[in-house]
Amino acid sequence: MAKMTLEELRKLRSSQKSEMERRDVDGKETHIIVGMGTCGIAAGAKMALDSFLDAIKANDLKDVVVKQTGCMGLCYSEPTVEVKVPGMPDVIYGNVDAAVAKEIVEKHIIHKKMVENHIQDKPAGDIIK
Amino acid sequence: MAVKNYILVCGGTACESAKGDDIYKALLKEAEAHGVADDVQIVKTGCFGFCEKGPIVKVLPEQAFYVEVVPEDAKEIISETIVKGRIVERIQYQPEKGAKGEAFDIENIEFYQKQYRIVLRNCGLINPENIDEYIARDGYSALEKCLFEMKPDDIIEELKKSGLRGRGGAGFPTWMKWNFTKQVDGGQKYVVCNADEGDPGAYMDRSTLEGDPHSVLEAMIIAGICVGADYGAIYIRAEYPLAIERLETAMKQAREYGLLGNDILGSGFNFDIELRLGAGAFVCGEETALLASIEGKRGMPIPKPPFPAVKGLFRKPTVINNVETFANIPIIITKGGDWFAQIGTEKSKGTKVFALTGKIKNSGLVEVPMGTTLREIVFDIGGGIRGGKKFKAVQTGGPSGGVITEEFLDTPIDFDNLVSIGSMMGSGGMIVMDEDDCIVDVTKFYLEFCVEESCGKCAPCRIGTKKLYEYLDRFTKGKGQIEDIQKMKDIGNAMKKASLCGLGQTAANPVLSTLRYFPEEYRQHIEDGKCIAGKCKDLVHYEIVTEKCIGCTVCARKCPVNCIEGERKKPHVIDQTKCIKCGACYEGCKFDAIIVS
Repeated sequence: MAKMTLEELRKLRSSQKSEMERRDVDGKETHIIVGMGTCGIAAGAKMALDSFLDAIKANDLKDVVVKQTGCMGLCYSEPTVEVKVPGMPDVIYGNVDAAVAKEIVEKHIIHKKMVENHIQDKPAGDIIK
Repeated sequence: MAVKNYILVCGGTACESAKGDDIYKALLKEAEAHGVADDVQIVKTGCFGFCEKGPIVKVLPEQAFYVEVVPEDAKEIISETIVKGRIVERIQYQPEKGAKGEAFDIENIEFYQKQYRIVLRNCGLINPENIDEYIARDGYSALEKCLFEMKPDDIIEELKKSGLRGRGGAGFPTWMKWNFTKQVDGGQKYVVCNADEGDPGAYMDRSTLEGDPHSVLEAMIIAGICVGADYGAIYIRAEYPLAIERLETAMKQAREYGLLGNDILGSGFNFDIELRLGAGAFVCGEETALLASIEGKRGMPIPKPPFPAVKGLFRKPTVINNVETFANIPIIITKGGDWFAQIGTEKSKGTKVFALTGKIKNSGLVEVPMGTTLREIVFDIGGGIRGGKKFKAVQTGGPSGGVITEEFLDTPIDFDNLVSIGSMMGSGGMIVMDEDDCIVDVTKFYLEFCVEESCGKCAPCRIGTKKLYEYLDRFTKGKGQIEDIQKMKDIGNAMKKASLCGLGQTAANPVLSTLRYFPEEYRQHIEDGKCIAGKCKDLVHYEIVTEKCIGCTVCARKCPVNCIEGERKKPHVIDQTKCIKCGACYEGCKFDAIIVS
């Protein structure tokens, strides 16, 4: 890269910053937790995960963490995804494919509206605990 | 495709030597094999500080914190954590205390809880070989500010507000040093970074340079802007190859970006930095000796004044600061002096990085706000003494420092408090001793170091260190006399007053402080010919108690010189003429049948 001007340095910093921020989990309150058990992966959880990441990047969302977890026990509705947004109830979505993932980011995370026809019941509390 | 996982592999020297690089390569290979190479970014970072449990591998955003990783673990890390998002419990850090089942969080590791990382803010987080990651963490924004928004006087003002004092040891206010150089009118001026770091047991400067080289480069350029220098040099010992390599990479990248060299960011300001490798002489950490060494002369100190700030490198005004001091500067400029001044004690602001070593459970790099007590560092962060032994003392400040005993454990640590209890901050080495350490033996070790490292230019240091060493050596052989103690105090005090440089002036500190706090142990060595810790070989005598020995043969098998004999199931005997007093038999005996006297 050639020598930079002040503007170029600032531009580089802000683009690199968003890259770094996605690595950092401190202080981020919105969580997308993708079930990546064998059942989830077989049902296409990876595609959903990629779609989440792309949608977050496309919308330039800063405080969202995407995490993976094991099977949530709802194998019949895989891929399953838990979404936690401050001020909203924790929601588990089932049958999340790439398109639904994109919808979740746009509706649920940005506009704080749940994506109705994919909501699953939470397994009984004792199973989670 | 966006990256979904980050694996941070510690690339500090300690972890690197424990196959850190092999782990890194194995992870890359396994990621490829599992077809996830595009999903995961594997980054080699600087030291995480938690060297005791190294090599450390951190996976984000899972918050997996893997300790004591071996290259063979790479497969499982990729197949479990990356592909399936599961934590590999086997290598996950296990907190010693704390409720089980509690959500695991890196922030909850006791080792990190009381720490406050300013100097090490980027270590373990960014890839030190990639300037973009430093820039992403607000890197070079302080430089921007200094080039386009602040005047040199503003920079001095900010440093003054911050209360930053030099981290090399003596704690001289940084703003004053800079101001002296700045006030000299025109002409050639220099900025020098002291990265010599020769204290036994200290390695924080090396870790800072390895983990975050750009922070030091940025601070040096800022110093150049402030005082009007266009050339800087980093004096680093050749024994730090990894730090040198990372610095070279960082300088190259900064030059390519136009952050170093001519016309920085189009501002018209020129500044370049050169590395100068030192051969690893302790005296070259002393600023005037260091400058002589850069000039190509033999590294020996010259009397001050004139101070380097006015007549330094090639007799030109020179700002010379230590690595840790520089690493504080960019963040002070970015966040402001007032922010920095909130941290720490009244007269010592900010944080201090210590290299915690010795008989401690969690050895490693520790950064705490000034004013943290020694007890918090040793017992809360360090996890206490290894093997349930009893705490004896902490040696701080290297050969220039002294020991701190139990009664001072609750003293808030800062520059002035340490001096008032007979030790000093020094560069920040902290060596913890337990009941098995002999205070006379440890002091002898430090004096031996000083004898070897004294440059020999002035008599008080050259002769004084040697004489003190000889006395200590005689004590460890049981040949001392009680009058020697007074003579040692006299010599030590003379060295303090008459030595040419700071090293000679402080070389007697270990002797003076141990004489002050452990007079009884000295007396035992001299009058009773006894070493209670069992470290002074000439005073130790191992013997097998016939009544207790069941003839298990363990001691005979452990003995490296085969001086223990006896039939199975019958009492054994040590041949005192052959015994080398290594203590292996004593350590090995399960029946307390061997006594030390």
